[in-house]
Formats: sequence, C-alpha cells, structure tokens
Amino acid sequence: MPDNQHIGQLTSRSKIVSDKKMTFMERIYLPALMKGFGITFSHLFKKKATIQYPEVKRPIAEIYRGKHVLKRDDQGRERCTACGLCALACPSEAITMVAAERKEDEKHLYREEKYAAIYEINMLRCIFCGLCEEACPKEAIFLTNEIVPSDYKRTNFIYGKDILVESVDKRVDISKRQTPAVLNFKKDKNQSHNI
Amino acid sequence: MDGNYILYKFILATIILLISLVVAMYSTLIERKLAGFFQDRLGPNRAGIFGIFQPLADGLKLFFKEEFMPGTADKFLYILGPSLTMMIALLTSAVIPWGGSLIINGVEYSLQVADINVGVLYVFAILSIGVYGIMIGGWASNNKYALIGAVRAASQMISYELAMSMAIIAIVMMGGTLSLSEIVEQQHGFNWNIWYQPLGFVLFIVCAFAESNRSPFDLPECETELIGGYHTEYSSMKLGFYLFAEYINMFISSAMIATLYFGGYNFPFMDDLGLSHNALTIIGSIVFFAKISFFGFVFMWVRWTLPRFRYDQLMRLGWKTLLPLALVNIIITGFVIMLKNHS
Repeated sequence: MPDNQHIGQLTSRSKIVSDKKMTFMERIYLPALMKGFGITFSHLFKKKATIQYPEVKRPIAEIYRGKHVLKRDDQGRERCTACGLCALACPSEAITMVAAERKEDEKHLYREEKYAAIYEINMLRCIFCGLCEEACPKEAIFLTNEIVPSDYKRTNFIYGKDILVESVDKRVDISKRQTPAVLNFKKDKNQSHNI
Repeated sequence: MDGNYILYKFILATIILLISLVVAMYSTLIERKLAGFFQDRLGPNRAGIFGIFQPLADGLKLFFKEEFMPGTADKFLYILGPSLTMMIALLTSAVIPWGGSLIINGVEYSLQVADINVGVLYVFAILSIGVYGIMIGGWASNNKYALIGAVRAASQMISYELAMSMAIIAIVMMGGTLSLSEIVEQQHGFNWNIWYQPLGFVLFIVCAFAESNRSPFDLPECETELIGGYHTEYSSMKLGFYLFAEYINMFISSAMIATLYFGGYNFPFMDDLGLSHNALTIIGSIVFFAKISFFGFVFMWVRWTLPRFRYDQLMRLGWKTLLPLALVNIIITGFVIMLKNHS
C-alpha cells in the first residue's frame, strides 16, 4: 500500500481494517497457535520482573515524600511552634495539633515560646503532597524517604509526637529536601502565593 | 491366584495411587511456578526452597477451612459429587502400562495393575462417567452459576468424547487390539504411533484438553463468567477434591497421550543398549514418566498461552471440525490398511 493511505487521518499508525476471507493456513489456526507458544516459551527464560521485597528494596528517590519527621534544631530543641499553618495547608486535613505555652524550665526542650503539646498526623488521610513542609515557617516538618508501614488497626495510623519527632541522638537527614534553592524560594516574597 | 499374587497387585496399586496423588500435588506447585515464569514472575518461593512446601501448605489450608454447605443443597449428592470425581480420576490409572515387567526370582511381575483386553474401552467408559461428578456437584449446589457450569461441562464432555473416541479408533484399527499393553508393545523402539497418526494425535490432544476441563476449554469453571462454575458452592477439602481431580486427570491424560501416540515406555535404540530385562524396564518407566512430564508441561503451556473459547466456538470446533476430521482420519486409515493387506 502507498503511504498516502493515512492522508486525512490524525495518526500515522492507523490500520486499514478488512474482513477478507481467511486463507487455509489461517483457518486451521495451528501456525498461529505455534507462534503463540513460541512467544510464551521465550518468556520462560526472560529476566523476571519480581523484586523480592523485604530482602530487596526498590531504589527510591532521595527527595521521596514518605513518612514525616518533626525536626529539632542544633541544640536539640523542637522547632515546631504550633502555628497551625501546616494543618491549614493540608488538603486532606490530616494534621491536628494542640498548642501549649513553654514553661521557664522547658527552654532546653522547645525553641519557641509556644509549642505543640499534641501533634498528630493521620497517615490514612495524608496524601504525601508535601504542602505542610512548604507551609512551615520554622523548617520544623519534613517528609522523609521512609515508608509508612502497614498495620492491622486504623487507630495505629494516627502518628503522634512519639513517632514523628526525631530523637536527639538519631537525627534524620533532610538536607536533600532542604536545598538552598528551596530555602531561597521560600524566602522570596514574590513567590509567596506559592506557599 | 495365590496370596503372593494378590499381595503384589495390592502393592503395585498402592504405589501407583500414591504416585498419582504426589504427582497431582506437585503439579499444582509446578503449574503456579510455570505460570509465574510465563508471566515474567517468580511464582511461589517462600515455603521452602523453590516453594517445595507450598503444596503441603495449600493442602493444610484446605483441610482447616470451614466446611460450608449451602442450606438448600442436596446433602447426599453434594458430598457424592467431589468423591465421585476423585474416584473416577484415579480409576483410569489401573489399565495404563507404567512399564514393562520385572523378573524377580524367575517370576515375571508386570508393571500394569490390570492388563484387561478391552483397556481402551475401559478408558472410554471411565471418561463417560467422569462427567457425573461435575454434573452432580453442580446440580446439588442449588446455585445458578454451579448449574450453568455443570450443564456446560456435560455438553462439552459429551461432545468431545465422540471426536476423542474416533481418534483412538484409528489406532485400534492399526493395531487390531483394544489392550493398552499390546498397543504399547506394537510401538517397540521408535515405531511410535505419532508417525502414522499425526492428525489423530492433534485431534486426541485437543479433545484431551477439553475432557479435562483445562484452558482453553475451561468453560465449566470459567472464573470470569461463572465465579467458579460447578464448584462455586464448594469449600474446604471438597473443593480441594475437585481441584485435585483436575490435576490427576491432567496426569492421566498425559499418560494416555504418551501411551497411545508416543510409545509408552518404549524409547529409541532400546534393543542396542544390551541391558538386562529389569534394567530396561526401569529405564523404560523413567522414560515414560519423562514423556508424561513433558505433556504435563504442554498442558500448562497451553493454559498460559491461549485465551478461553466462547461457548459457540467450542461447540462448533467439536462438532463441525474435530468430529468430521476424526471420521476422515478413520477412512484414510482404513484405506491404507486395506492397500497394505492387499499388496
């Protein structure tokens, strides 16, 4: 067939359908069957696509948006000041918090005068969009490349501060998500409508 | 008929029964493994190395599942269905010659449980009852899906039985015998029936797929249309019996294909090796099992290659293609035999 059969069509891959009578070889189907067997047989020796999960893990991006972490500052004080911007930014309303005032003897625990006494994220509601991270003015909440594990009970998916806050001696590295470009972007007043 | 003879037959029958059951058990694993490989997956590999304990786990699971029976089911028939299917699936193995004979202390022990002179007829008879297990099960469940599955199974098996029998008749005509052991004897060495009956072989293997309700003829089960077909309402080990019987049927069908068309326990150059009678018998049996394994593989290969037939296509293939071809095959065979005898 000449190439101009596609003229007037939106694609060059369309096929002209015909219902011409099948030849004898086509009608006995056996050659077609053999071809099919050949295809499936060749798959026996192909590389398997399976990843044996608990032992082998797929590589995930360093800026993967997984389980959240509530950061501490370099003196080990919680950064969160319970302003509620993350909860406000959250499109799936997964974040709740209760604010409390810092006592005089708690200065080594909390960075700001106000802190979150309760901070909960419902991981079943969370869509891991990262808007909480963008909204946070205190660089307190970040998403990590850790995956939220499965569980048997819904209540176990409501993560409180015991899970979310990083421990003092085991800091979570979020430098990949907090690049200078990101920081500059957050400081830029012209871009504030994005936050 | 002394006690020794009865004991030997009893032991042989037990061994064959156990082999059938173990082979059926492990075919489930091999089927799942192959299904995985055909789809670029790995298949079950968690229970033991290569998943060799998977059949045990599956069996245990089936035993410990709830034994559910629909309230409106016919109790007697409901239990009879899977039992009958299982029993019939195991019956055919009695007449298949699993090997030559072993000579121990001057006494010849044949590796065939019952060398009846109407072996082929016996197989036909068993095949014909085979449909009852499914029919009864589907009927007794008192469920529309089960009933449709049962009706499909009945019409499909009756239709394909005809073409299957006709295909075998050509072999019976060639050999002039109905005894399976004699049919195997006649294929000594490399003188296999497949060289004389290629058309008959294609007809037989297609019908064998249909008779064992395997894909692409698995319309009685047909998960996508009929939930589970005739075993929709079955659970626990009763369901296990149905599924198990399918694998035993597959094993027996493979054995029948190997016996009728691929020389049973015969293999090329068997006379030139200069082996003793017993060694030859043992190697012959191993070769026979290798052939059976190959056809078992073909069964699975077909299942994971071809899509299911539509019901009208199934009937058209059975009645309008396979049956006339089988008749033509008989006529050609008869003509050739006549020419041979005349010259």
